[in-house]
Amino acid sequence: MTKMHLKLTVNGTAVDCLAEPRELLIHVLRERLNITGPHIGCETTHCGVCTIDMNGKSVKSCTVLAAQADGATITTIEGLSAPDDLHVLQTMFREHHGLQCGFCTPGMIIRAWRFLQENPDPTEEEVRFGMAGNLCRCTGYQNIVKAVLAAAAEMNSAKEAAQ
Amino acid sequence: MNDHAPSRDERIAGLKGLGTSRRRVEDARFTQGKGNYVDDMKLPDMLFGDFVRSPYAHARVTAIDAEAAKALPGVVAVLTADDLRPLGLHWMPTLAGDKQMVLADGKVLFQGQEVAFVVATDRYAAADAVELVEVTYEELPVVTDPFKALAPDAPVLREDLQGQTEGAHGPRKHHNHIFTWEMGDEDGTEAAIADAEVVAEEMIYYHRTHPCPLETCGCVASMDKVNGKLTLWGTFQAPHAVRTVASLISGIAEHNIRVVSPDIGGGFGNKVGVYPGYICSIVASIVTGKPVKWIEDRMENLMSTAFARDYWMKGKIAATKDGKITALDCHVTADHGGFDACADPTKFPAGFFNICTGSYDIPIAHLSVDGVYTNKAPGGVAYRCSFRVTEAAYFIERMIEVLAIKLGIDAAELRAKNFIRKEQFPYHSALGWEYDSGDYHTAWDKALKAVGYDALRREQAERVAAFKRGETRKLLGIGLSFFTEIVGAGPVKNCDILGLGMFDSCEIRIHPTGSAIARLGTISQGQGHATTFAQILASEIGIPADDITVEEGDTDTAPYGLGTYGSRSTPVAGAATAMAGRKIRAKAQMIAAYLLEVHDDDVEFDVDRFVIKGAPERFKTMKEIAFASYNQAIPGLEPGLEAVSYYDPPNMTYPFGAYICVMEIDVDTGVWEIRQFYALDDCGTRINPMVIEGQVHGGATEGLAIAMGQELAYDEMGNVKTGTLMDFFLPTAVETPHYTTDHTETPSPHHPIGAKGVGESPNVGSVPAYSNAVQDAFRAFGHIHAHMPHDHARIWKIADGLGLHA
Repeated sequence: MTKMHLKLTVNGTAVDCLAEPRELLIHVLRERLNITGPHIGCETTHCGVCTIDMNGKSVKSCTVLAAQADGATITTIEGLSAPDDLHVLQTMFREHHGLQCGFCTPGMIIRAWRFLQENPDPTEEEVRFGMAGNLCRCTGYQNIVKAVLAAAAEMNSAKEAAQ
Repeated sequence: MNDHAPSRDERIAGLKGLGTSRRRVEDARFTQGKGNYVDDMKLPDMLFGDFVRSPYAHARVTAIDAEAAKALPGVVAVLTADDLRPLGLHWMPTLAGDKQMVLADGKVLFQGQEVAFVVATDRYAAADAVELVEVTYEELPVVTDPFKALAPDAPVLREDLQGQTEGAHGPRKHHNHIFTWEMGDEDGTEAAIADAEVVAEEMIYYHRTHPCPLETCGCVASMDKVNGKLTLWGTFQAPHAVRTVASLISGIAEHNIRVVSPDIGGGFGNKVGVYPGYICSIVASIVTGKPVKWIEDRMENLMSTAFARDYWMKGKIAATKDGKITALDCHVTADHGGFDACADPTKFPAGFFNICTGSYDIPIAHLSVDGVYTNKAPGGVAYRCSFRVTEAAYFIERMIEVLAIKLGIDAAELRAKNFIRKEQFPYHSALGWEYDSGDYHTAWDKALKAVGYDALRREQAERVAAFKRGETRKLLGIGLSFFTEIVGAGPVKNCDILGLGMFDSCEIRIHPTGSAIARLGTISQGQGHATTFAQILASEIGIPADDITVEEGDTDTAPYGLGTYGSRSTPVAGAATAMAGRKIRAKAQMIAAYLLEVHDDDVEFDVDRFVIKGAPERFKTMKEIAFASYNQAIPGLEPGLEAVSYYDPPNMTYPFGAYICVMEIDVDTGVWEIRQFYALDDCGTRINPMVIEGQVHGGATEGLAIAMGQELAYDEMGNVKTGTLMDFFLPTAVETPHYTTDHTETPSPHHPIGAKGVGESPNVGSVPAYSNAVQDAFRAFGHIHAHMPHDHARIWKIADGLGLHA
């Protein structure tokens, strides 16, 4: 099948690659660009392990065609931080045991990152609703919710301190 | 001496050993997207495999035309049973003593069965080629009901077994019958039931479901023809067993096979079995000389690998008028699907279902299980369960409720009246187990008090009265569950899988500078072994957990073990870890004594050092001892500080717990809301409370799914009705409740550190709590029992059947 020339900005870097227009974005990221943080769990937009941030929105990349993503600005878990300078969400997921097998974690954290920009001071109920597109089979969500709330509190107090 | 020498308490804290909520070492890579799961692997020239699957549940395969598929650019090969036959690989042995088609050999027995394996240069080409393989089917009558499968004129499903009256587990009574498994005293139980003052009977169905980890099953097979070595990376919960099975069925010598489990994205029993995809990938790699990757999609995962449960359990429970249980009888009709691929220890074709007397002192019991073939997928795995213990716990915890209704007494009181008493341990159950330890009354009292049980019952009665007055349309259900698990399989004398004894192992190497690596025969799928096993070791050998690397999953480096499932890692490999640690300590004692110039018996272990008895200011730290083991010639001792232990447990362990669920139910919509969920677990010695809590949250959420909607449903044609996550219920954060966890601590008397395992308790214990809550809500209106899953429509039907919508 004829390939198209895709131009993307991924984790702050301009990249281009060839891909079939029908290719799913998750496959382009994982197999052409070697970005394996986002995973594949259902290929029907239900589980959310493929969640990335595209043009300022949380998107499930298993049901976005490569062609639809041309020109997009994408952030994945890999773009959130450097190993020696973790994002507060990453720290809080560890601190509150918000992960076990780790398979949902990249999608979960990148969704939480966008969610806390949409709603910087959420209630527990709002976190549960805002994260409902991301499934986890290990944790029962309780510690994920705790981690997101703790991250929000930390980010808000850092913001206050800066003002 | 250093002026700032840490105190003994500080030294203990510094180890981060047993009882510490140590943060997980795994999380650094997982939170940064740097996990290494099998689908992340990329090898030069790697090919992709994909299956042509049967759309029919029962059909003859009369022709397969792969020419168009082979002509497609990128397609390298299309394998069918005819290609595997010369290698003897068109069928494979199952873990249950049966055999299973790798690729359809003349017929198919379930929807989604593997018919042909397409190999191509990328996954899109493979998927395109799958569509081009023309298979001619001739439909056959379908049986999806195990009772109908046993009718005299039922279609013959397994023609390959026709005329065979003897199966792997004794005589076969019918052409679709697999085995009968019997335990206990049939005549005595029958007599006790005949003489009883009260008998309650009920058919309890535990529906077919699926572990559904978010990562599906998959592998990468790479046959290196230059050195004759096969490497198989994959989602294996038991990598060593996979190596042995792969060697036995492929004929490749076992030393030429390396099996590696990388990070695994949840297992829950789904990844115990050996699946056709693994065999086909190996063959395809041998045929093409290139690495071959096979990864299931979600629909394939739900349709073809590893269902769980599907037990029809007919129970009779007898008691005196005042509620003392006198006998229990249970007959199970077990739907095993088209092939018997249950993952159970060889001698236990129905797993440990004979734990179905539960936590109660039942003087006499009888159990029989009939395994049956149907046109459904094979599997029968322990979905976060120790081999049919979930079914057993659900059965007895429903029967207790049914008996309480019949007796007209409170279900909490009925339980307390019949619990095995603390002084009865070790307790020999009527169906053959020796319960190692327990204190059920203490746990039960604590749980009832914690939820305010008496007040809840009063509130419930008031709610019923208000409902009857027309003031509310919501009922309140109080779901009680007290469970006893049996985990840690198991003693080699009666537990094996395919002849492999179910011991486990740990090998420890102490480095010269006092840090260490420990390798185990198990493999974590999220349980956090790298964190918790280091804690066991830290307490045993006095080296900080942070200085200990734990490695699992590579059969070339790890000692042989039977893997991680059935909550066996802590009871078996955890024990091996402690025992290997004690060997290290024994040698360290001799080294310390030599360095301190005293007799071996004159030094004793103290947290992280050996001290001279009575003179604790004279000591050698483990760090010093480690270095000495590498640089001193100590008379009578070999250099180095290493140990290995293969641990054969003397008994299973018996964790237990009390779970209580309080649920609001809308009578008109069937919509439920969990107001409170309390989970008390007793898993003996607690290694890492944070990890234990996480396990309980997760297991209780799986239980929520199973009880309240998750189901592998089939129609009468054998079509899978719940093949995607649209239909197969996985709870989100919204419907998942907040859990309150609690514990008591009754150490196992035979485990080196007293630990019992916890991973599966919350699945085992929570399902009856949810189901009992639903059914309890309707008790006041004459409801006795309804089958799970309790989705909104089914709850609505209970209410409707009771006339509550009139």
